Parts: sequence; C-alpha cells; structure tokens
Amino acid sequence: MTSWVPAEFTAALPEIFVALAAMALLLIGAFRGDSQTRTSGWFAVAVLIVAGGLVAGTAASPGSAFGGMFVADAFARFTKILVLTGTALAVILSISYIEREDMARFEYPVLFLFATVGMMMMISANDLIALYVGLELQSLALYVAAAFRRDSLRSSEAGLKYFVLGALASGMLLYGASLVYGFAGTTSFAGIAKSLGANPGNIGALVGLVFIMAGLAFKISAVPFHMWTPDVYEGAPTSVTAFFAVAPKVAALSLFVRVLVGPFGSIVAQWQQIIVAIAILSMVLGAFAAIKQTNIKRLMAYSSIGNVGYMLVGLAAGTEAGVRGMLIYLAIYLAMTVGTFACILAMRVHGRAVEGLDDLKGLGRNRPALALVLAVFMFSMAGIPPLAGFFGKYFVFLAAVQAGMFALAVIGVLASVVAAFYYLRIVKIMYFDEPADAFDRLPGREVGVVMTVTGLFIALFLIIPGPMLHAAAVAAKSLFPG
Amino acid sequence: MILQALAFYLFAAVTIASGVMVIAARNPVHSVLFLILAFFNAAGLFVLMGAEFLAFILVIVYVGAVAVLFLFVVMMLDINFVELRQGFLQYLPVGALVGVILLVEMVFVIGAWVVSPEATGLLAAKAPALAQATNAEALGRILYTKYVYLFQASGLVLLVAMIAAIVLTLRARPGVRRQNIADQVARSRDASVEVKDVPVGKGV
Repeated sequence: MTSWVPAEFTAALPEIFVALAAMALLLIGAFRGDSQTRTSGWFAVAVLIVAGGLVAGTAASPGSAFGGMFVADAFARFTKILVLTGTALAVILSISYIEREDMARFEYPVLFLFATVGMMMMISANDLIALYVGLELQSLALYVAAAFRRDSLRSSEAGLKYFVLGALASGMLLYGASLVYGFAGTTSFAGIAKSLGANPGNIGALVGLVFIMAGLAFKISAVPFHMWTPDVYEGAPTSVTAFFAVAPKVAALSLFVRVLVGPFGSIVAQWQQIIVAIAILSMVLGAFAAIKQTNIKRLMAYSSIGNVGYMLVGLAAGTEAGVRGMLIYLAIYLAMTVGTFACILAMRVHGRAVEGLDDLKGLGRNRPALALVLAVFMFSMAGIPPLAGFFGKYFVFLAAVQAGMFALAVIGVLASVVAAFYYLRIVKIMYFDEPADAFDRLPGREVGVVMTVTGLFIALFLIIPGPMLHAAAVAAKSLFPG
Repeated sequence: MILQALAFYLFAAVTIASGVMVIAARNPVHSVLFLILAFFNAAGLFVLMGAEFLAFILVIVYVGAVAVLFLFVVMMLDINFVELRQGFLQYLPVGALVGVILLVEMVFVIGAWVVSPEATGLLAAKAPALAQATNAEALGRILYTKYVYLFQASGLVLLVAMIAAIVLTLRARPGVRRQNIADQVARSRDASVEVKDVPVGKGV
C-alpha cells in the first residue's frame, strides 16, 4: 500500500507544483490585496517556467501514477510544454493590459494557473473520470476568466454563454462516458482498449464515443460545435481571448488525440469518418465565415476554427505521421496566435482599445515595425513559404496524402487558399489604405518582446526546424506503441 | 419480501408522479416542493437497494442544500414563468423531432446492448458484501487511497468555484460604516458633545 507514494509524486510533480503555487498566490493576494497584481503576474510566469523545467526534467520513460489514472509520456511532455508556454505568454501579455483596463485583481493570474493545472491533468488523463475532472477544472476557470470584466455587458455575456454551452457539452461528454463505461465495465483507458479490442463492432460503445467526441469538439470549437467561439472571443477581455486561443486548444486537442488513439485505437475506421467530416466543415466554415468580419477578434475566432480544422486533418489520418504533423502545427499555431494577439493588444487609439479592421488603415506608414510584425503573422497564417505556417500545413496535408486521403487534403488546400484572402486583406489594409488615426505607443515593453520573439520564431523556423520536428516525432511515437 | 415489493412500488410511483408534477405545476414554488418529494422517495429506493450512504447524501446534499437553494432562487429572482413559456409552441415541432430521433436511437442502442465479456474482470473496485463493510466504510477505503487523485482534483474544482463566486460578485462598497471598537473608545468628549447656549424663547 505504501510503495506507490514516491512514484506518484514524481510523475505528477509539475501539476502538484503549479497547484500549490496557485494556492500560495491566492493566499498572498488575499492578504496583500489587488495592489500587488503586477508582482503576482510575474510570479505566475516564474511558476510556469519552473513547471516547464519540471516537465522537461521528468524521466523519458512513460510513467503512470495513481493506479494508472495519470500518465506522463513523451506526448504529454511535448503538449504540456506547449500549454505552459502558451499560458506564460498570455500572462505576460495580460500584465499591463489588466492594469490599463482597470481589471487588475489578484485572482486573475491565480485563475490562469488553476486553468493550467486542469489542462495538464487533461493531457495526462488516462481514465475517463480523470479526463472529466481535468476538463472541468480548466473550463470552470476559463468561464470566470471570460466574464472577468464583470461590469461590461459583453464580457458577462461571453462568460455566461460559454458557461451554459460548456455545461451542455460536459453533459454530452458525461453521457457518452457512461455508455462506454456501461459497455466496458471500467473507466480506465487501458481497460476500454482491451474490451474494444476483443469485440470491436459494439454499437453501445460507439454511440458513447460519438457523444464523447461531441463534447470534446465543443472544447476545441470544431464545427458544428463552434457557435460560442466568435461571441466569446469578441466579448472576453482581449488578454483572456489570447489565452483562450492557445492553451485550452492545445490541451483539448491533445486530449482528443489521446482518447481516440488510445482506448478507441482499435476502431479507427469508425471515428475516422467523423473526424474527416468535422475537419472539412471547420476548414470550410473558418475560411468563408471570416471573410465578412470587420472585428479583428471575431476574425481571429473564425481563423482559429479553420486552424482546428487543419489540425484535425492530421488526426483524421490516424497515423503516427498525422499526429506528428498535428503537434508541429499546434506549436506553430501557438506562436502565430500569441503574436497576433500581442499586435491586437497594441491596437490603442487615444488611450482606448480598438478592434476594428478599419483601425489598421495605413499602419504601414504610421507604425512600420508593428505593421511588419503583423504582416509576418498574417503571411504565416495564410501559409506562405518560407514562414512557419506553411510547414504546419505541409506536415498535416502530407500525412493525409500518405494515408491515402486525397480528397481531404485537396479540400484543405482549397480552404486555405480562400482563407489566405482575408489574411492578405489585413496586409492590404495596413499598407495600401489611407492612414487612419495613429496608434498610441506600445502598451508595455513586454508586449513588444512577446511580439518580437514569436515573430522571429515564425520567420526563422526554416533555419532550425530540427529540434521541434524531432520532439514532435518522439511525442507522436509514444502514442503508437510497437 | 412482499413488504419490500410494496415499499418499492410506493416509492417508485411517488417518485415518478412528483417528477411529472415538477414540470407540470404552474407555481414554481410548488415545483421545487415536488422536486424535494421526488428526492425523498428516490432516497427510499436507494435504502431498499442497500445503498444507504447514497440515500443519506441525496437527502443531505440535494434536499438540504440544492433544493433549498432552488427555492431561494425561485422566490428571490421574481422570474416571470409565463413569459418564459412563450414560444414553447413555436419550438415544439423541432424539439419533438429531435426528441423522437434521440428516442429511436436510444432504442437501437439499448436493443443491441451487450456488456463486454471482459467487463467483470476489469472492474476497478468490487463492492464488498454488506456483511463485511458498510457503504460508507467501503467508499472511504478506496476514496482516500485508490481515488485520492480524483478526490484532490475535485477539491481544486471546488476551490476554483469558490474563487469564481467571489471574483464575479464581491464588490467593495464605499461609504460603509463598520463598527470599529478602537475608534469608538478613542472618541473624546469634545468630538461628540457640543454645548449650546440657547437663549430663552428663541430655540436653537
């Protein structure tokens, strides 16, 4: 009975550390009040960096803990580092923003840290209950973050909408989980895989899987479960939207992959059709619906729906190469999105934040550096070589072609051509339209730093892609034993 | 045996009848009261099955906390339920269609239902016989050992919920006069009493 104690603690050390640090931060905040929010923001960033070190330092061999409910393998390591990076960048972007927008309360970084714990638990989940608890911890913190500016009607609406629809999605997920449990007699992924491996065509488990997929598709905002995304992205405070667009997507997609490839790996043919369908719908809707948007946050919402579609193409292939492509895409998407949101945070005229595409007019003349960075991100999102965005798309489409899914790859390429239209339109607005009012100075030095770092990553990915590609390959391999 | 069967049918019938009344009652307060009745009878069913711990929890948590909270919400929020029901007929066809499709699907699923033959071997924790351990004891044995991870994680979820409630609702109100005993004691006579010389026949 006592022998398991040390092993559990080492496998889950990063999660335990972040949870304890969040509670410490909560206590400090409760005693010191809101005046120390800037300090606690940087403290949270430090916690995330240390947690990243802990994740990277865990042994390379897959370790499971807590009676097999928690697993720490190479896949978990890769995606956890992505989540921690995304959260750290989002917190850095928030620090000045929340002060300026009068929402600097000490709970802000605490909620981000708890959301991170939830996301790390999702990534490491190896049991249906562990999956659900991690998902709820993450979602609950995010609902509150969306409504954080509680005096704003839009922000409250975003939080409420996200909460109600999220609760519905959780309900579907739980219903599916109960059907699967009823069939397999266990909630552990290994047990489900065993039951399904012995008798694959079971309709009860299949219906359960469909419900689980519906719940997870909501979390990654894949069409047809995307309705909440534009409203929540637009209504939530911009710094929170930047967080929404990266970390939870990474966590939910990794969970999606782990659930489908792990316990349901023996019925690939069944779930593949569903993934293909939602991938195509997401890519097409993301491409066409974004064309008419005039608000840049709504545009980014549709852009993220489209990007999720491309990532699902990698999953649809159902192969190791597909998962590797998806992981590479995730990493590049994270850098592009954080960078773009850093630019959006810099959109301030006369001390007020603006979000319209028209406000970008003539940015190339007013603020050449900012315009250049944003142009790099837009070209990258459009998938123009030699920028990183091209390689993300290249690897997922390559995996789809290798798996013989030509139609899917062709539709994906066509959708990305349509999507290129609205990315390039932003570039056109910045460089060729008559200048509007000039933007204020950068809202904080850290915003500029984030912009530069992500911009350099995107622009120079071509030079040293090796380590990232290798790490993604190792991570994908750990999901496909043998 | 016959007594048990009688009790079962009594509890089951009252549960279903009060469940129907929850959605059929016009007065929302009556709905909540019927909900409480349904909870009590469901607890009775649990006792019949030998799951006394679940029965306790159902009464303590659902009746004691959740239903009472519902009652507060219904009474305090002054929701116009007649207005909420508007558009009910308008959405009825779509809703009924979705419901029927789901029902048919469920019939198919349950018709073809099999429990995997491996299931008995994969049970995570077999319930001990009642003679060996009571419900609470059996749950306690695995909750703090095997499921400690989930137990702690649920604790974190509750902590986040608590933070959430405070973040979204707590407002610092200016101008609130709180009792401060030190201030009260430190008051001098000059700060509180003023002696006025009132001329005769004039008033203050």
